[in-house]
Amino acid sequence: MAVTLSREGLAYEGSTAAGAGSRAWRRFALNPAALAGTLILLVVVAAALAAPWVVPHDPAKQSLLHRFTPPVWQTGGHPSYPLGTDQVGRDVLSRIVHGARISLLVGVSAVIVSLLVGVTAGLVSGFIGGKVDTVIGTVVDVTLSFPQILLALAFVAALGPSLVTIIVVLGITGWERYTRVVRAEVMALREKEFIEAARAIGVGRLRIIFRHVLPNTVSSIVVMSTLQVAQAILAEAALSFLGVGSGRAYPTWGQMISLGRDFVTVAWWLPTLPGLAILLTVLAINLVGDRLRDALDPRAV
Amino acid sequence: MSAFLVRRLLRFVVVCIGVSLVTFAILHASGDPVALIMPEAPEADRASLRDALGLADPLPTQFVRFVANAVRGDFGNSFFYREPAFGLVTERMPTTLALTCLAVALALAVALPVGIYSAVRRNTVADHAATVVVFLGQSMPVFWIGIMLMLLFAVQWRLLPVSGWESWSSVILPAVTLGAFTTPLFMRIIRSSMLEVINLDYVRTARAKGVSEWVVICRHALRNAALPIVTVIGLQFGLLLGGAVLTETVFAVPGVGRLLVRAIVQLDFPIVQAGVFLLAMIIVTVNLLVDVLYVYLNPTLRLR
Repeated sequence: MAVTLSREGLAYEGSTAAGAGSRAWRRFALNPAALAGTLILLVVVAAALAAPWVVPHDPAKQSLLHRFTPPVWQTGGHPSYPLGTDQVGRDVLSRIVHGARISLLVGVSAVIVSLLVGVTAGLVSGFIGGKVDTVIGTVVDVTLSFPQILLALAFVAALGPSLVTIIVVLGITGWERYTRVVRAEVMALREKEFIEAARAIGVGRLRIIFRHVLPNTVSSIVVMSTLQVAQAILAEAALSFLGVGSGRAYPTWGQMISLGRDFVTVAWWLPTLPGLAILLTVLAINLVGDRLRDALDPRAV
Repeated sequence: MSAFLVRRLLRFVVVCIGVSLVTFAILHASGDPVALIMPEAPEADRASLRDALGLADPLPTQFVRFVANAVRGDFGNSFFYREPAFGLVTERMPTTLALTCLAVALALAVALPVGIYSAVRRNTVADHAATVVVFLGQSMPVFWIGIMLMLLFAVQWRLLPVSGWESWSSVILPAVTLGAFTTPLFMRIIRSSMLEVINLDYVRTARAKGVSEWVVICRHALRNAALPIVTVIGLQFGLLLGGAVLTETVFAVPGVGRLLVRAIVQLDFPIVQAGVFLLAMIIVTVNLLVDVLYVYLNPTLRLR
């Protein structure tokens, strides 16, 4: 029966995916948590993109006359510094808005690195199997044996902290989840009839992987990537908090919390507000990712 | 069972070798660690340090020597303290393990009842509230949780010391911080594991024959959900130790984490390697124990 299928017939799986896509989208859009997450995320992304044009002050400009100005709703607040100033009089709001840039840039780029490494390893592992699968499985086991933050910290310090190092190291220390999920899906798909049919009519290995296997793993890769961006943002914040961030030149949320901790007794807003920015951003991404998973999960119909 | 044990032990050994390789690579990641350690020193001094560290030998030779020494607990002397790095790490290990165990105990004390309750009373207000807590908890950096607790309890209300590890009162904030970081994770795992079993036939049968709800939950459902819970918590042990490292840094707890973070910033490679290696070994061993326990406690697997 499989032999009589034409190549057009094989596109069947793809066409249902498109139909399911719009249904999934409706399910996603109707959820209040997902909507709230999307809105917050849009604001954060817009702020990051437009940072230099929307902030009231230069984030690096010190103003010793205005040191430790509290947020505007407290007594002593100053209307031109809505969220107050830090120990050298820099505007906290402007620094938080600029900090969104590093967080999003590192979060998204690190996940792209993880995705490329992890998905490739998962496809190879699941499709070839045998010794290759054992080797990749061992590498995954080894990666899982380290606290990610510690390994990232050690390698970033040894390689010299910079934006690129942080992205690459976070990407390389966070790929194994993709490999495990993609491998499991490929193993399950490999035995499916439409793959067998494709193989039977002589479709090449690479073509099977890219045309038939990969498209069917896309929804779980998308969901995982959203949640991984949230993890990468938290990891970047931890690295800058521990002092191996992308340098003092540009404000990051982790670095602001780390500097603000020293003034926790006199200026509560310094460590608190950048942390709230992290919380809101990561929460928004987690909400979107979680609802995406529910919307894209075919079993949840 | 014994065939499984042999295979599992073999995997343990292979992973240990992999862990050594990664730990070894930390020193060599930069290409020339000596240039990193003493950037302004004259070439003669650098060469003598290179000799002292054995960096002139080919990499495979160095790796074999590294493993041979690591097995005996020799990672060389700390550049900074001028003492054996291994001893510096091991003498701080009890503090880190105590902090982690306290946090796990706290997290379980909260997550077990709440997780079970939200699984049993699925989609009630209480369950939704628990879900909100899980989401919030997993979106906060652990070090920020620590600073916020410090701000409230040590600065604002002056109930507890800001940092340290000397008295019981100074232990509370770090333990609660790491516990608060761990609780949402446990809650999610416990809830979903309970949901897997709570609607199965045998649970329904137990209910139907009039067994009290309490006994149904504890004896029938929880016992069968316990194994996946233990497994997943074992898998998350690395995340927990990572959280401990950050918590120690916030509260100046004299544990392995704080020592390591300092050593990493100071490029004190012997301490970094000893610490990373030891923490990874703990995780590998915990995973081995969890796997063996899983097979041992699961009668359907034990017979094979």
